[in-house]
Amino acid sequence: MIKLLRFMKGSYGFAIAAPLFMLLEVIMDLMQPTLMSNIVDVGIAQGDLPYIWATGGRMLLMAFIGVVGGLGCVACSAQAAVSFSSRLRQAVFNQIQGFSFVELDRFKTASLITRLTGDVTQIQSIVLMGLRIMVRSPLICIGGVVMAYWLSPRLSLILMIGLPFMLLMAAYFIWKTMPLFLAMQIKMDRVNAVMRENLLGIKVIKSFVGQKKEQQRFGKANQELMDRSVQAMQIMTVLFPLVNLVMNLSVVAVLWFGGRMVVSGGLEIGKIMAFINYLIQIMSSLMMVVMMSISLTRSQVSAERLNEVLETETSIRDMDTAPSLWAEDNETTRSKGSAIEFRDVSFKHHNSGEWVLKHIDLKILPGQTIGIIGTTGSGKSTLVSLIPRLYEATRGQVLVDGMDVREIPLKALRGHIGMVLQESILFSGTIEDNLRFSKETATAAELKEAAEAAEAWNFIEDKTDGLNAEVAQRGRNFSGGQKQRLSIARTLLRKPRILILDDATSAVDMLTEAKIREAIRQRMGQCTLLLIAQRIAAIKDADKILVMDEGCVTGFGTHRELLKTNEIYRHIAVSQLGEEVLADVG
Amino acid sequence: MWADKSKAEVKTGPPTGFGPRGGPGGGGPGHGMLTAKVKLKDSPKTMKRLLGYLEDKRRLLFFVILISVFSTAMTILGTRLNGLVVDRYVVQGDVRGLAMICILLTGMYLASALGIFVQSRIMIHVSQNTTALLRQDLFVKQQRLPIKYFDTHASGDLMSRLTNDIDNISMALSQNLTQFFNGIINVAGILVAMLLLSPYLTVISLVTLPFMFILTMILSRFTRKIYGQQQKQMGALNGYVEEMLSGQKAVLLFGREETAKADFAVYNEQLKKSAVWTFIGTGSLGPFMNLINNLTYLIVAVAGGYFVVQGRTTAGVVFSFLLFMRNFARPINELSNLFTTIQGALAGAERVFEVMDERAEQDRPDAVELTGVQGHVRLDDACFAYEPGKPIICHASLEAHPGTMTAIVGPTGAGKTTLISLLAKFYDLDEGHISIDGKDVASLTRDSIRKAIGIVLQDTFLFSESVKDNIRYGRLDATDEEIIEAAKMANAHSFIERLEQGYDTILSDNGENLSQGQRQLLSIARVILAKPAILVLDEATSSVDTRTELKIQEALLKLMEGRTSFVIAHRLSTIRNADQILVVHDGRIVERGSHQALLQRNGFYADLYNSQFRTGLVE
Repeated sequence: MIKLLRFMKGSYGFAIAAPLFMLLEVIMDLMQPTLMSNIVDVGIAQGDLPYIWATGGRMLLMAFIGVVGGLGCVACSAQAAVSFSSRLRQAVFNQIQGFSFVELDRFKTASLITRLTGDVTQIQSIVLMGLRIMVRSPLICIGGVVMAYWLSPRLSLILMIGLPFMLLMAAYFIWKTMPLFLAMQIKMDRVNAVMRENLLGIKVIKSFVGQKKEQQRFGKANQELMDRSVQAMQIMTVLFPLVNLVMNLSVVAVLWFGGRMVVSGGLEIGKIMAFINYLIQIMSSLMMVVMMSISLTRSQVSAERLNEVLETETSIRDMDTAPSLWAEDNETTRSKGSAIEFRDVSFKHHNSGEWVLKHIDLKILPGQTIGIIGTTGSGKSTLVSLIPRLYEATRGQVLVDGMDVREIPLKALRGHIGMVLQESILFSGTIEDNLRFSKETATAAELKEAAEAAEAWNFIEDKTDGLNAEVAQRGRNFSGGQKQRLSIARTLLRKPRILILDDATSAVDMLTEAKIREAIRQRMGQCTLLLIAQRIAAIKDADKILVMDEGCVTGFGTHRELLKTNEIYRHIAVSQLGEEVLADVG
Repeated sequence: MWADKSKAEVKTGPPTGFGPRGGPGGGGPGHGMLTAKVKLKDSPKTMKRLLGYLEDKRRLLFFVILISVFSTAMTILGTRLNGLVVDRYVVQGDVRGLAMICILLTGMYLASALGIFVQSRIMIHVSQNTTALLRQDLFVKQQRLPIKYFDTHASGDLMSRLTNDIDNISMALSQNLTQFFNGIINVAGILVAMLLLSPYLTVISLVTLPFMFILTMILSRFTRKIYGQQQKQMGALNGYVEEMLSGQKAVLLFGREETAKADFAVYNEQLKKSAVWTFIGTGSLGPFMNLINNLTYLIVAVAGGYFVVQGRTTAGVVFSFLLFMRNFARPINELSNLFTTIQGALAGAERVFEVMDERAEQDRPDAVELTGVQGHVRLDDACFAYEPGKPIICHASLEAHPGTMTAIVGPTGAGKTTLISLLAKFYDLDEGHISIDGKDVASLTRDSIRKAIGIVLQDTFLFSESVKDNIRYGRLDATDEEIIEAAKMANAHSFIERLEQGYDTILSDNGENLSQGQRQLLSIARVILAKPAILVLDEATSSVDTRTELKIQEALLKLMEGRTSFVIAHRLSTIRNADQILVVHDGRIVERGSHQALLQRNGFYADLYNSQFRTGLVE
């Protein structure tokens, strides 16, 4: 939490003004009982009506000064807290924008969203309360004690006993409840997790008639949450009456000792009244501090989660050395021989010990079409992800146009590599917005060309609004095949020099898929094309086909060559295309 | 003196507050802020229904009210005694009497503390039980909703009803309800006590009351407006965050980070403005209430002082009054605050009940269990549309004899998935009939139909439980041996063995720690375990790698033996093995027959086949 306070920078004025205004209000509040006691002891005792009026007037004035202080504090604290959270939110968002795939994999999307929405809101309300109550309560406590002492040093001995007792008690209870509330939070998360799973997996649950089982699972989580909640809150049911009791007993003590002092002439009645008033104010403020402390411990979790994001530096970024000259002048670089080269590349994810890619050596020439096929988890996607540096090779070198990708500025590198992912990501807006996502300056003709090449133009034209047709969140209103075609069109719009399709046509039927391939080849003749596919028909015409198995390249050649030499490839081909495939290879 | 622990300035309106919340880690994007719509359609009805949940706790609640009356009476009496102490003993110097009354007071306060303790214990049980019950009810209801409901409602919205709205209700029940009881009893009790003490002073001290109400009304009107605006902007921002972060990989690929930052800043800035005003609006109630309290205080002090001087009342009465005023103003302030939170809870309850009132899937009252399934499936003239007027399936008829395999082919978007979803009874037909073994499915129970049909869906879904439990989902009473057997058949055994904890490995979020293919294998094992009479495969094997697929196909072939199966397939081998092929195009079954027969027809299927498979053969 403390670490986050740096986001207050820029609102220090408000953050300081708020407690000052609060101080004003508190002072005014604390004056009221004393003035009241004056009315009783001086005004009433001596029957002095003008004095009563005058004191009343002073109380009125103070009440109004108090409200100015109170409103000032409200305004300043609102400004400070909101500005604070606004800065924090932006900082977290910006930090996430800097993340690479590695960090995005580590934090899950859902968790990042909760951090950015729920956690920030939680912190904001804590700051707001902090600037108001956390300031007000201690001020009233201190002020109250001072005033009480000033009224009667002897009576304030009662405070000296009651107050530490209550403080100890409060501290004990806070210490006790903190873990209980945390445990409750964990159970709450569990309940939510079961709920979310049931929403997402409803079809599976229904088809296996798993409702009963789910109800039991949920019932258990729900019961545990309830038990924990009751447990946590029950402690509070002890604390509050206890505090109340201590307070009331202190009042009785004041009455007893104060009463005897009045009888013996050492004290005025009005002072007892005022003293009791202060006592109540002090004790209630203390109660507030206890309540605040509990919610503060809960916000600690939020703060930690935000700090975790803020402190995570992206692992893939430009080298500090001067940006290289690699960029637009493709003519000169083209001559270097290979478009993409892997030199003894191995890769593993941070946390797992298994190598995903092992000693890959590969050379792809400019303009070639390369098909990539292999078993699930054989490392196909990882292999191509290394080219635009979405992940970083653990060992070895990946070269694009003869240059190590680490020496090429990320912006330039990714600007020239178009990659269509397995899952198509669309955003709400119009179709045109989505296409322009890759190139804002695209002309209408370019949009049409890209859409045509991706076999998307037909269904776009079919829409009444054409390119202006609405796309719902995540493209919910489009079929899987349509989404994939839009994603491809979006990438084609950039006219990348290297185009990677990572199983990007899996939901498109084969006829359309073939047309897309043909269109890409025709219109983007110069570009180097990498195709990951499950269907052999999609890649068999490629210049070369890369067969992967368990992180290794087991074959690299043409369809006919591989049918002869590569057993895995032959298996796949026969299963998909039938025995006939072998006929003319012999 | 039930300490004024919740003075008005504590409350910053609905956005903050104590009590259980969705909290970090849970909840949808709305997260506490989005849900508290202030607009209510029919609050008395909602309130009544919510109170219905407390029905069987009536006795306990009655008891709570009794205790509340008791402890309030104690407190009021105590306060009055304080005044009496001043008048009778202190002023007259009666130390013995003072001692007596102090002992009496101590006893009363002890009793009152005990009362509060018992009361809050009971209330916690009542409120937590009720919340748990409500949550369970909503959950059960949600499970019975038809798939169509989930198609048309965002899961984030449902999630927020299940979490934020229930939390709001829970908070209202656990804290506000008690406050409400106590508040009303306190106000009533104090009013009576004050009237008994001095009617004049009572009237004078109530002078400020109308101001309080007017102020609250004006403020809450302002706040409600600005709060609504804030909620809207918060919703927009959260929506943007959810969408962008979900698509973060695309943002990265296209180098749009800076644009995203700038766009976010716009949303953020907008929210900031309305948020500041919302907090000022909700926050200023506190100081204003404080002002009015202080004014009342001084009015009583001055007027009381005047009356004492005039000899119309005693110092002790004024003292009692002053103490009463502190206790009187608090519940009234609270009640006005409570009004907003209770309204928030009611809004939440309304959203919860809205789901509960949705039409659930329901079997006909005379529905019977489907048993001893042979697997003879007929579809007669079936029509179906997700939205009225946009039919997806038109007049489709098919017949599959027991033990046969039906392959469904067709271009994307032709309605293949919808067709098999209808067979799986995910949706109800708009027109036409489906029958299994000659029995109309409308006359059968849904659960028994679903048990008879095994489905492998396009998107696999796994639970965050152990691998073993995920497979067991197919048949809950399966033994560990049967599970391993099924896994072996689905060729999942070897990779499961390689997992760190084997079959006991806990899967994270929808099996994110597995590859797509492995997830698919698990879901196949699940169906294998279920041993259904009818099998429905929706492109299930398309994302499993080709080598593994070969093995899966073996397993599935074995599984399909003696079972009626419907397969959406892209594999030639599957199609060739099929007893009949249905060609779906634009929601209609345009051709049907065997592979050879269809080829000879030289129609739509032949075109499809030539473009997809023939090219693979001729170089």
